Amino acid sequence: MPRQMILAAMLLAVAVPASAERLFVSNEKDNTITVLDAGTLDKIDTVKVGTRPRGIVLSPDGKSLFICASDSNHIEVMDTQSLKIVRTLASNPDPELFDIDPTGKTLYVANENDNMVSIVDVARGGVTGEIPVGVEPEGMAVSPDGKTLVNTSETTSMAHFIDIASHQVAGSVLVGSRPRFAEWTRDGSKVWVSSEVGGSVAVIDAATHKVLQTIKFAIPGIPAGQIQAVGLALSKDGNLAFAALGPSNRVAVIDQKTYEVKKYLLVGQRVWHLAFNGDQSRLYTANGVSNDVSVIDVAALKVLKSVPVGRAPWGVAVSP
Amino acid sequence: MSLRALSLFALLGVAVTAPVSAAPATIVKIAYVGVAVQRSLPQAWLDQPAADEGLAGARLAIEDNNTTGRFVGQTFQLSETIAPDSDHAIGAVKDLLAAGQRLFVADLPPAALDAIADLGKAQGAIIIDATSSDDSLRGADCRGNLLHTLPSRAMQADALMQFLSVKRWNKILLAAGPTPGDKAYADAIRRSAKKFQIKIAADKPWTYDPGAQRTDTGHFGVGDESARFTQGTDYDVLVVADETNDFGDDLAYRTTLPRPIAGTQGMVATAWARPFEEWGGTQLQNRFQKLAHRWMSERDYGAWLAVRSFGEAALRGQSPEPAKIVAYLKGPDFAVAGFKGTELTFRAWDGQLRQPVLLADARALVSVSPQPGFLHENSELDTLGIDQPETSCHAK
Repeated sequence: MPRQMILAAMLLAVAVPASAERLFVSNEKDNTITVLDAGTLDKIDTVKVGTRPRGIVLSPDGKSLFICASDSNHIEVMDTQSLKIVRTLASNPDPELFDIDPTGKTLYVANENDNMVSIVDVARGGVTGEIPVGVEPEGMAVSPDGKTLVNTSETTSMAHFIDIASHQVAGSVLVGSRPRFAEWTRDGSKVWVSSEVGGSVAVIDAATHKVLQTIKFAIPGIPAGQIQAVGLALSKDGNLAFAALGPSNRVAVIDQKTYEVKKYLLVGQRVWHLAFNGDQSRLYTANGVSNDVSVIDVAALKVLKSVPVGRAPWGVAVSP
Repeated sequence: MSLRALSLFALLGVAVTAPVSAAPATIVKIAYVGVAVQRSLPQAWLDQPAADEGLAGARLAIEDNNTTGRFVGQTFQLSETIAPDSDHAIGAVKDLLAAGQRLFVADLPPAALDAIADLGKAQGAIIIDATSSDDSLRGADCRGNLLHTLPSRAMQADALMQFLSVKRWNKILLAAGPTPGDKAYADAIRRSAKKFQIKIAADKPWTYDPGAQRTDTGHFGVGDESARFTQGTDYDVLVVADETNDFGDDLAYRTTLPRPIAGTQGMVATAWARPFEEWGGTQLQNRFQKLAHRWMSERDYGAWLAVRSFGEAALRGQSPEPAKIVAYLKGPDFAVAGFKGTELTFRAWDGQLRQPVLLADARALVSVSPQPGFLHENSELDTLGIDQPETSCHAK
């Protein structure tokens, strides 16, 4: 293929991704999910859901979107093709954030108000177990092998490593104040945990439960108190990590191997959670105060555009 | 001394006399010592203070500390002493010190706070003042083993003046009530107005009978008095100094010029407020409601912060021993999260907890100070209150 043609094909691929991926955004104060075409960013629909939707997660096959309707005290299931709410799963009070196991059978839910992680059986549609954790559980992440669950509790400032088979807390790791989000590296060897008030990210060794590195941030002209780490996204190739820094309106770009902060990208106001598209060429950010979503070109590390969604966008997910 | 206060004291006295030193090393014992405040019926009779105000915040923080402590083998216990007056509170502290108690949370008047700090100094005891806003306790009357969780009056005034400055509401009328607290609050407003170049167009004492509104047809008299009081002065905001809620709520809508009210009534500078829900504040509001079946007040929040501070020092310092907790609390690494979006730390020069201060009325959060643009070489939070170069606290 002549060089120009390859270039043209590449440009085309960037402008219009091959598959029509869909971008889902939970709007905490609108009680809706905004659905966009992840490529063109055109709005497909705005779907009414339960009260105070926050955490959203896709089933492994991408066919179902699970939605924490925090103030409705339940979880809703949206069909990602028909965009209809097809089921409601019982949950304990105030589900905020959750993760799904690799088989897609079980949801692990942080119930912020009662210091519990609840286990929800997707097929049966209800709670099958509870695990007591620290004060205000929030971040939830199931290991790639499905054996270990990491939960962060905000007021306790710990990441709890929970053995899924026995439901026992195997270790608790003290991190910076108000840990919000946890994500495993693809090889399952480490867990990254963001701390909102601490304004830092801890990288924890999954085997020894020791903090290997605490990554701190400094942005010229921005007071330290405004740098609050929340959402995280680790690239599958193991090269880059992105950390949403809340009211500093920046996303930090971090080298996953050296932990060096390479760049800060200016996005919308109070950037909260992050999600890649399927081939990880793009990263989407939910911006809670400016009520929009920013789109980052991952190869170029540039912000392409911001598009308006509902009020107080919180979570974000991309389906195939 | 009322009969009720006496019986409460007797009841709680049982907990106080229990041996403290016999506890295993993993137990962290915190003593809450307060005085049952004899409040006269305020004008705002709609909102009577709850009997467990302050204490309920401490109880919630003990629960929070224990949920966390479970993972590191630390247990927290709260002993509760509500004395009928300062003398009995000081007596109770003596007994507690003799029994080995070292960590105290206090809801006491300024003189009693100084007295118990002096009593505990030799044994290495530390007192966290959970409810006082007194500036002299952070100044000439400070103590090296006395910390403060609620904003001082100087911080409250600075939070308000920064906001007025941003709004360019540069002229105030100051109405100062007759109590010592009112006078101290008015002094803080005067100092802060000078600092932020807000002009006090008129500075007048409010002397009208505070009971007048509560008689039949009393609103006529108060309406006339408020109109007269505010007549003949051009100003942007009426700032009221009425810490006991005797008259401040009677001024709104009755002034000669249509002007907003701020200070101790109207828009109030405070550490905690019912409408506050930012930075996860909803969670603390919910947890408190579940425990106490009422809204969290500023005093509850101050006590919650005090007990949480001990919890955080025990956790991060990795020791339940009082001496190590005190060392960590006073060391450079201590910080506590208080649902204000930033870490809160104690000022080394006067023991005051640095914190953003809310500006709120009864039903809405208006703003949070420090206001953007008020800069500081170390921490923007130090634009509120008495900064290191101007401190008159020299205790170690």
